[in-house]
Amino acid sequence: MSDIVTPNMWQVLTRFTQARIGLGRAGTSLPTRPHLEFQFAHARARNAVHHPLDEQALRVALEARGWPSFMVRSAAPDRATYLQRPDLGRIPSDASTAQLTTFSDAGAEFDIAIVVVDGLSAFAIEQNALPFLDILMPELVSRQLTLAPIGIVRQGRVAIGDPIARALGARLVIVLIGERPGLSSPDSMGIYVTWSPQQGTTDAQRNCISNVRKDGLDYGEAVHKLSWLVSEAFKRQLSGVMLKDETASPPQRLGRTGHNFLLE
Amino acid sequence: MPKYSHTVDQKVYRFHDLRDLLAKASPARSGDTLAGVAAADYEERVAAQMALAEVPLAQFLSETVIPYEEDEVTRLIIDRHDAEAFRPVAHLTVGDFRNWLLSDLATEETLARLAPGLTPEMAAAVSKIMRIQDLILVAKKCRVVTAFRTTVGLPGRLSTRLQPNHPTDDPAGVSASVVDGLMYGNGDAVIGINPATDNVGAVMTLIHMLDAVIRRYEIPTQSCVLTHVTTSIEAINRGAPLDLVFQSIAGTEAANRSFGINLGILREGYAAARSLGRGTVGHNVMYFETGQGSALSANAHHGVDQQTCEARAYAVAREFSPFLVNTVVGFIGPEYLYDGKQIIRAGLEDHFCGKLLGVPMGCDVCYTNHAEADQNDMDMLLTLLAVAGINFVMGIPGSDDVMLNYQTTSFHDALYVRKVLGARPAPEFEAWLQRVGIFSGDAKILADTAPGLFLDGIRKLGV
Repeated sequence: MSDIVTPNMWQVLTRFTQARIGLGRAGTSLPTRPHLEFQFAHARARNAVHHPLDEQALRVALEARGWPSFMVRSAAPDRATYLQRPDLGRIPSDASTAQLTTFSDAGAEFDIAIVVVDGLSAFAIEQNALPFLDILMPELVSRQLTLAPIGIVRQGRVAIGDPIARALGARLVIVLIGERPGLSSPDSMGIYVTWSPQQGTTDAQRNCISNVRKDGLDYGEAVHKLSWLVSEAFKRQLSGVMLKDETASPPQRLGRTGHNFLLE
Repeated sequence: MPKYSHTVDQKVYRFHDLRDLLAKASPARSGDTLAGVAAADYEERVAAQMALAEVPLAQFLSETVIPYEEDEVTRLIIDRHDAEAFRPVAHLTVGDFRNWLLSDLATEETLARLAPGLTPEMAAAVSKIMRIQDLILVAKKCRVVTAFRTTVGLPGRLSTRLQPNHPTDDPAGVSASVVDGLMYGNGDAVIGINPATDNVGAVMTLIHMLDAVIRRYEIPTQSCVLTHVTTSIEAINRGAPLDLVFQSIAGTEAANRSFGINLGILREGYAAARSLGRGTVGHNVMYFETGQGSALSANAHHGVDQQTCEARAYAVAREFSPFLVNTVVGFIGPEYLYDGKQIIRAGLEDHFCGKLLGVPMGCDVCYTNHAEADQNDMDMLLTLLAVAGINFVMGIPGSDDVMLNYQTTSFHDALYVRKVLGARPAPEFEAWLQRVGIFSGDAKILADTAPGLFLDGIRKLGV
């Protein structure tokens, strides 16, 4: 078998990159093992896109921690529509809109609304939202910020946090959302911060923290960045491009190898 | 008053204007539905195609899809139109034009002479009434050859962009992918990195590194760091050894503005790159990327369907005699191109329209994980584009871009398609591959053992 597959003699270089180098070749084609490994990675990413969020389990876990929550459906009725109509994922369904008015009719007012959205990877939410909130919530409470009940959204996009926060009378919204799954990162969670969310808020008015997951940006680091953004947003009464993340970015911390074997 | 109509079995289908007619005649895709410009049903779509087939090509010169006064891309299209070149087809309708393109009147020579006489909207219109085999047959007759240190687009050749992306631009990480690609005979179109940041210092580090690798190993190819044109201009001003200036472009002035560019800025970038005179066998210095849906995603489509917007981007491209133009067809996501079927058709349309307009088309045959597509769809599009004579495709380790998180064609894929179709790399690069022993002799196949070329550096790593 090994005679049929020609290995690559530069496999030592895999220490420098996650890229799929040194795969060898069968003829000039991809050998069976790396071919099927790729297929599996893609299958996992596909499952991440289509796996429905277990919103009930999430809700139970939140309640157990003493954090009230409520569920919201977007106007996208199913996954196929959701994928083709991002506009529908940005607004609540009619039923959810009616439910949200009960908050606004009651004159709700909070500093912060937290909205948890399945986005393009419910895996990301199921794996990262709770451990992240376990660090975030005490931090926010210690700052004496008032927190609205947590919204849990199915078939949602980032901007659905705006009408939800508005109904809750929140000054700032934090959206936790499943990011587009990569082949090697099917479970990456994104965090978006928006000051004074309302209809017509654009992405330029949001700050984003990306790639929050076990093998990416860790929860403590993400909470550190988020806390800074929240403090600054309240201080400057704004968010988005005017509020650049001034905490050190991961690439700077990652300590580059600095040298290059090709040029030494 | 609707301007266009078509009657089938006593049912009258009406279309408000040329823009509406083009949109409704466009083969189905999610982005046009999202924009609200698509045909309401299957019959209306074909009725629109029938109505479009009867529109004289000359009508496109008097009825613009975006007003001349409002959009500099429209002004570019109209002002640059070559009436003399247009003359051989000036009397034809869109339907006649399809027949003409398929006929033996359309040859490599006549098509090359015709290109400056065609507007993007004419190319888009005729593509909408063409099947995939038509798109392949006509594109195959078009030849657009460009050159810098390699010559790309020659008959029987298929080039690749070696795309050694790394999430933190780590020099050793980038180099590891460069070695992998070169050893698989990839990189003759360009070694092109998407940098992790647009920071000019970081970009310059990468430009210097690629230049050093190309010089040290005497590789006949060119480098590109795919950063904003203004960053490239700044890097040139600071003395960077920059080969190709990159920019994403779109087919409307407003969409280009959302990219932070206009024609004036592109002219500055073009002049800056030309001033360096770094090409050896030619002086095409621009590398553009495009993709259906970019105008809609910037809310800058003016009600024009995404395929027509895309063709208009090629008018922007050809103004700057680019070395490479690349439609990144499946990157944008399923809200614009939903599945493999839509991605495959779009890739072939883009290649056809670009080539017909005289643009050196390549294609990033790609998809994201939330699109209804997989490797099989990419194999089909890659094979079809190669049959159609595409100038270049991407080459990346194992199809997996670990920085941009999407899947494109691999180094192995390029070898597959070269083997099946007997295609070869650019001649200058091919000679180098043979000289350094990556290709063994005349057989144009990979040598069984790795040549010593990079082994010194690798051995020092302490294997």
